[in-house]
Amino acid sequence: MADDKSNATAYWKANLRLITGCLIVWALVSYGCAIILRPLLSGIPVGGTDLGFWFAQQGSILTFIGLIFFYAWKMNRLDKQFGLGE
Amino acid sequence: MSQFAINLLFVGASFALYIGIAIWAKAGSTKDFYVAGGGVHPVTNGMATAADWMSAASFISMAGLLASGGYANSTYLMGWTGGFVILAMLLAPYLRKFGKFTVPDFIGDRFYSSTARTVAVICLIVASVTYVIGQMTGAGVAFSRFLEVPSTAGIWIAAAIVFLYAVFGGMKGITYTQVAQYVVLIIAYTIPAIFISLQLTSNPLPLFGMFSTHNESGLPLLTKLNEVLNELGFRDYTADVDNKLNMVLFTASLMVGTAGLPHVIIRFFTVPKVKDARWSVGWALVFIAILYLTAPAVASMARLNLLTTIYPEAAGQVESYEEAMDNALVYEERPQWIRTWEETGLITFEDKNGDGRIQSYNAGNEDFQATAEERGWEGDELTVNNDILVLANPEIANLPGWVVGLIAAGGIAAALSTAAGLLLAISSAISHDLIKNTINPGISEKGEMLAARISMAGAILLATYLGLNPPGFAAQVVALAFGLAGSSIFPALMMGIFSTRVNSTGAVCGMLAGLGSTLLYIFTYLGWFFIPGTNMLPNTPDNWLFGISPLSFGIVGALINFAVGFAVSKVTAPPPVEIQELVESVRYPRGAGAAIDH
Repeated sequence: MADDKSNATAYWKANLRLITGCLIVWALVSYGCAIILRPLLSGIPVGGTDLGFWFAQQGSILTFIGLIFFYAWKMNRLDKQFGLGE
Repeated sequence: MSQFAINLLFVGASFALYIGIAIWAKAGSTKDFYVAGGGVHPVTNGMATAADWMSAASFISMAGLLASGGYANSTYLMGWTGGFVILAMLLAPYLRKFGKFTVPDFIGDRFYSSTARTVAVICLIVASVTYVIGQMTGAGVAFSRFLEVPSTAGIWIAAAIVFLYAVFGGMKGITYTQVAQYVVLIIAYTIPAIFISLQLTSNPLPLFGMFSTHNESGLPLLTKLNEVLNELGFRDYTADVDNKLNMVLFTASLMVGTAGLPHVIIRFFTVPKVKDARWSVGWALVFIAILYLTAPAVASMARLNLLTTIYPEAAGQVESYEEAMDNALVYEERPQWIRTWEETGLITFEDKNGDGRIQSYNAGNEDFQATAEERGWEGDELTVNNDILVLANPEIANLPGWVVGLIAAGGIAAALSTAAGLLLAISSAISHDLIKNTINPGISEKGEMLAARISMAGAILLATYLGLNPPGFAAQVVALAFGLAGSSIFPALMMGIFSTRVNSTGAVCGMLAGLGSTLLYIFTYLGWFFIPGTNMLPNTPDNWLFGISPLSFGIVGALINFAVGFAVSKVTAPPPVEIQELVESVRYPRGAGAAIDH
């Protein structure tokens, strides 16, 4: 049974790593590109305004969708890989 | 056919559809009633979640908020969608694995404490009741505008319809009506937006149209909008904000609030597997994004449209705006839609300088005073309620009468779908968490079912009463709902899943500290229990602690909750072994066995 235990621990660690990565991107596009880093992106024009404005109004939402589907896909694969799926 | 008849036809047809679904989806067991039998397809659930989440405020008010605030109000767009990312990764799959019916169910079992369960029930009820008031009044407004009935009658009609499918169908009836309501509301929202985008930019997709060239002036649409706004003493639509800390915290508060709202969380208890819960959050956000990506386009286009209606000569290629400013719209020549909405009092005109023309500008801007005087302007003469941007869109774009009928049905659908979700969260907390799990554990399946139906009926009556007699502070309490959910429910759930060490004392102290600090901060600036005049500090930016507005405090409350929860748990005994095993078990989709050494 010890193997099961270490397998489960490895699965949980892999999940936490994945979550951390996804949340870094999540924070980077919303709090980063759209708000704090906006002045740095002001040189990149997008349809009459700057990239930061686009991130605030559209880019972050599109990234969020991508992140959730990426996470679901990756986790469902991890479930199988570790034999912990339903 | 008159506009009234068309509206009646559309709203009537949508109601017939909801009632038909109610008859088809009758709940046979408590599992049907609380989680729709647990067999909802992830895409179906995603669509139902989108309708559940998008309230009357998202449908009617958000575009107006964006139009008036420009870039600064992007917080709503990011906050109300970004919460789904944390829901997908930090809450939904594990709570689905836990496999019970309500949010207090998890908190009560995980923290093996009826105190924790009761605190969670109270937070849930306060957050949901405050939220449902807005839905009832929203439905009332939509009825009175489009169906020419008094808004009180509108609220009673809305309550009767929700009663039919929520009391008999429970979560099952609600789920399938929400799917129908999503279809109605999204069609109603996007069709006028597509036509406006075509008219202004020739681009059929509003989300691209917003960043395209404005037909009449040949400039990018947003550049044109900034130019016209500057000419009227406003800041750029795209102008950056100074207080970035507050903007970040407000966005974060909306995100954790979104992830912690119980009526959204319980939707993910209805899918068959953990895997489905993960996909389902993604689908929910796709369906939400269709509206949330259209809203900023509607906002910027409607704002420009309104300004160029008032200053017709400012629309084209203009060298100097002076002449356009002098030739503002003559009041007697105003278009039909302004006349229609003047009747509702949502647009008002007062000819302050007596020249018979409509002047609308930023009269509050000191630096602009001189220019205004030079032009002979004596104040902003047009008051436009933010809410009409979406409601008047079809008329502004000269669309046929059936589109107006669609908007009426869509606005009502948005209000009803959210109200039903909230009412289910409230009634299941009462019948399941209070009656079944706390007061009378021996209750039979049949008895609990009856209790669930009675609590649902009671919750609808309470919501109707509050909708008819809204407390004066209705607008502020929505902020309270997000603050409560974000500072109490979200951290408790997250600690329950991600830590095996946090115990019942830690969780209860954490929830109370998060809740208490958030309430204290909000009440300090908005008055004790929102009673005007009882606030201890004026609600202005220079009085806010570190420039944090009361609305942005939810995330700080959440951090306090985490800190207290961990600190108290550290100095008290760890949770019993079976609780640690429970935590392990929610982390793995497969049955608990594999994770536990037996």
